[in-house]
Amino acid sequence: MRELAVPPGTLRAAWLIARKDLAIEFRTRTAFFSALVFALLALTIFYFAWDATAVAAIDLAPGVLWVIFTFSGLLGLQRSFSVEQADRAMDALLAAPVERESIYLGKALGNLCFVVGVQAITLPALALFYNVPLGEVALPLAGIAFLAAIGIVAVGTLFASMAVNTRLAELLLPMLSLPFFVPIVIAAAGTTARLLAGRPAAEAWPWLRILLGFDLVFVVACALAFPYTLDE
Amino acid sequence: MTPLNAEGALGRPARAETAQGRPALVDGWLVAAALAVIAAYVRVIYFTPAEATQGLVQKVYYLHLPAALNAYIAFAVVAVTSIVYLWLKDPRVDRVAESSAEVGLLFTTVVLTTGPIWGKPIWGTWWTWDARLTLTLFLWFIYAGYLVLRGAIVETDTRARYSAVLGVLGALLIPFIHMSVYLFRTLHPMPIVLKPERPSLPGEMLTTLLFSFGAFLLVYIALLRVRYRYAEDRDRLATLDWEGEGH
Repeated sequence: MRELAVPPGTLRAAWLIARKDLAIEFRTRTAFFSALVFALLALTIFYFAWDATAVAAIDLAPGVLWVIFTFSGLLGLQRSFSVEQADRAMDALLAAPVERESIYLGKALGNLCFVVGVQAITLPALALFYNVPLGEVALPLAGIAFLAAIGIVAVGTLFASMAVNTRLAELLLPMLSLPFFVPIVIAAAGTTARLLAGRPAAEAWPWLRILLGFDLVFVVACALAFPYTLDE
Repeated sequence: MTPLNAEGALGRPARAETAQGRPALVDGWLVAAALAVIAAYVRVIYFTPAEATQGLVQKVYYLHLPAALNAYIAFAVVAVTSIVYLWLKDPRVDRVAESSAEVGLLFTTVVLTTGPIWGKPIWGTWWTWDARLTLTLFLWFIYAGYLVLRGAIVETDTRARYSAVLGVLGALLIPFIHMSVYLFRTLHPMPIVLKPERPSLPGEMLTTLLFSFGAFLLVYIALLRVRYRYAEDRDRLATLDWEGEGH
């Protein structure tokens, strides 16, 4: 708060915006809590959707995990720009002496914390409910989840910024985002399945490469495209 | 060859100026395209030999492949015009992107319909999650989303910007979907399906294929023109309404 006389740098401004979003979220807790309950509910529903005696939980887990991560992520993304609509807060953000890229990065960072937060609770919950021993794969799995979250958030933040200004906001975001989540989900679920089955790490590498490539390409592309989604 | 009617290939200037310069009832390019398609099918049905092992059903190939190629052309046009729009902000470029996306979606629908018709007797299944099939399906989803996005925005300039962003990102996404579905397939071998080896086409079939491709290219151009004119009229109508309110 001290150095506001000088416009903050790109990353600093992004961090301030992310912190603002997280502060709002922390004080209201509405979106995070509902995304979390959604994730836990989905875990239980998926368990009963398959006959657990016919399909082993370990085969079920990767699919369940990634469907839940994707959809609960959308819940948070939906909110990140609609929260700026109250009192036309977005205009104030645009009038502030910060770069457009900072707004994108800040929003994306806030969303990343949201998605990773939901993941951090869903993953142990899955281990508990599905009786999947995570053991030493827990850490690599968390890494994959993090990489996937970056991709989901990079694309989702951009589309959320567009969708909020349209007539079909809630419907449009999943419709635009889900095709973009396909390579992420295929790659992440593929890696998860191999990790849980105890296969050698080398087998997961081709999938991981897709995930890394996706993150790299879409973080850059979406940051560049973001200014075009702002109405000024 | 059908003569181009009074409206002609580029008869738009007259239309743009006067209200009575209405377009001809039948568009010359559409007629030419329709005749070309009919000619292509006469050739496909009567003058092209049936494939030795697959029999008659293989003739759907002459519809399936040209439609697929033209869908790719249409989506490439969307990608290029999207980039150009973000650069030049010219509404005409945006209209081309819009029109091309819609015609491309139509062609993709043709591909996704004729594919199963061919696949069922030959592969023994309507659908398999083969890399190319999956990619085509996702092309359909991406550009369906693109058109829904366009429909959800009223303001012309915003609509053009947003859809250009999606047009560019969609083109970036295609290689990733391709890589991931390809990997998915190779790591999970499919049950053995009778997948035809791509034969080196005999001359007659190749001629028919090229002819058919040309006919569909003509369909693409004709539909693009018609759709572009529709977009132009719609945008002009929007401006008229707006001006009317002002006075």
